[in-house]
Amino acid sequence: MSEWWSYRLSDFLLFSPRTYWRLFELHNEALWPLPLVTLALGLAALALALLRARHHGKLIAFVLAILWAFVGWSFLWQRYATINWAAVYIAPVFALEALLLALLAGARDGLTVDQPGFRRMAAMALIALGLGYPLLAPLFGRPWQGAEVFGTAPDPTAIATLGFALLAGGGRAMLLCLVPLLWCAASGVTLWAMDDAQAWVLFASAALSIAALTAVIWTAFHRPIRTAGLRQKGPV
Amino acid sequence: MDFRHTTRRAVLAGGVALAASTVARPLHAQSPQVLTRPIPSTGEQIPAMGLGTWITFNVGNDPVLRDECAAVMAAFFEHGGRMIDSSPMYGSSQPVIGHGLQKLGAPPVFSAEKVWTSSGEDGPEQMEQSRRYWGVPRFDLMQVHNLLAWQDHLKTLRAMKEAGQVRYVGITTSEGRRHDLFEEIMRSETLDFVQLTYNIVDREVEQRLLPLARDRGMAVIVNRPFQQGYLTRQLEGEKLPDWAGEIGANTWAQFILKFILSHPAVTVAIPATTRVDHVRENVAAAIGPLPDEAMRQRMAAYVEEL
Ligand SMILES: NC(=O)c1ccc[n+]([C@@H]2O[C@H](COP(=O)([O-])OP(=O)(O)OC[C@H]3O[C@@H](n4cnc5c(N)ncnc54)[C@H](OP(=O)(O)O)[C@@H]3O)[C@@H](O)[C@H]2O)c1
Repeated sequence: MSEWWSYRLSDFLLFSPRTYWRLFELHNEALWPLPLVTLALGLAALALALLRARHHGKLIAFVLAILWAFVGWSFLWQRYATINWAAVYIAPVFALEALLLALLAGARDGLTVDQPGFRRMAAMALIALGLGYPLLAPLFGRPWQGAEVFGTAPDPTAIATLGFALLAGGGRAMLLCLVPLLWCAASGVTLWAMDDAQAWVLFASAALSIAALTAVIWTAFHRPIRTAGLRQKGPV
Repeated sequence: MDFRHTTRRAVLAGGVALAASTVARPLHAQSPQVLTRPIPSTGEQIPAMGLGTWITFNVGNDPVLRDECAAVMAAFFEHGGRMIDSSPMYGSSQPVIGHGLQKLGAPPVFSAEKVWTSSGEDGPEQMEQSRRYWGVPRFDLMQVHNLLAWQDHLKTLRAMKEAGQVRYVGITTSEGRRHDLFEEIMRSETLDFVQLTYNIVDREVEQRLLPLARDRGMAVIVNRPFQQGYLTRQLEGEKLPDWAGEIGANTWAQFILKFILSHPAVTVAIPATTRVDHVRENVAAAIGPLPDEAMRQRMAAYVEEL
């Protein structure tokens, strides 16, 4: 489009903040009590990860795959698209993430916990944020009824997924992070255009994930040295 | 051609009168007349205050917000408003207007729509979809949104007008974009309407486009009168000058709207709102006195000072 530079970010916002936030009220009302179930699934995934239960990697990837497919269809396609036609194009990307997760669930390790130090802390923080996301509604002065819940709303689902992927680490995790990262950026920009401070939650989550991913890449490049070091400690 | 026009107008006037008798008459009878302006290409009179729907009417399937929009529309028609402007670009605004029109029992709307697609071929289908959303037999005005694929769409629109599928044809822009091309099209094409941004702060169009519209006999729709609410928010804390009473402006919104309507080339202003009190306030700005040239200068100077 010509003269694109004359547009402000808010020129691309199609709806009012009130309409946007009410989407979650209507969504929760329509799905109730499903948000409780999806949140419980998230907590169960976290427990599996903490306990490093048998097959936890596969189970976590499976749960996330279902929830991404569900959020893409029920929120983006059916609800968000009613006020933002761009959501129609984003919903398939959620389906793609669901597919990647499903493939991973079928693989040997799934999202098996395998990360030490900073990355683990970052991942835990992201999971805690994703699961504790409903608290943001009252914190930002909105009613509980409009809380964004992991597994039914996209932002907490994306943030917690970043956490679970980072907890697993490795190349697959990086691949899995791409869609949630893009979503955090898109949603953050939307909230920013709405002049909503909650945008920072998304930007901070994305920044933390990128920092942790950088650490994963760093480790991957330096692995031979560390492995050698570890080996020396083992029973030779 | 002339004959067909007259007939169509007569039919429309009849339809409007019939609808008005069911919806707007009781309040009309009591309330003072809203200023009307002639559409230069036909002479048809149209109330000078319209209603925009960008953002405000994009409320999806939310039943509460849909009914709020219908309430805004009801107040708009009750007080004598007629033109509602929308676009396929505005998300769910079109079906939300349709919901309102149905709920209000087909009030006398002047439907102003747009075609917004980069492909000339896709234009007719998009316009038909828009028509279904509104639930009207045909649009009064179809505009090429932001000059997108304007050559192809104008060709289609001209044919549609010939066939009686649309009454008026126009083009739109906003916030000063592509004014050179806009001017070129205004000079070379026959148009019933042009839509552009004009308010007490954004006055570039006074130089060329507004005088040109007068010369070429084109009706002018003014969009973004409040700079999307930025202007009204900025002025909120400022004191309205005492002399605003002389032109019957009780609020900043009315002050701005009266400034816009007092330009002789302006036909209709289309502020958007989610609020019934605001729509009343806006339509009321088209009732009573308007500033003369000296007063206009004073108004603009006053706002500039703030
Ligand atoms: N290129 C194009 O074709 C184009 C471009 C832009 C706009 N348009 C058309 O022009 C219409 C108007 O432009 P716009 O919607 O962008 O902006 P606008 O009408 O300048 O501003 C709308 C804002 O003004 C506020 N407002 C309305 N009445 C008020 C009052 N009496 N007092 C205080 N605030 C008031 C509304 O808030 P509340 O809800 O709180 O009242 C709303 O946020 C659009 O809706 C659209 O139909 C067309």
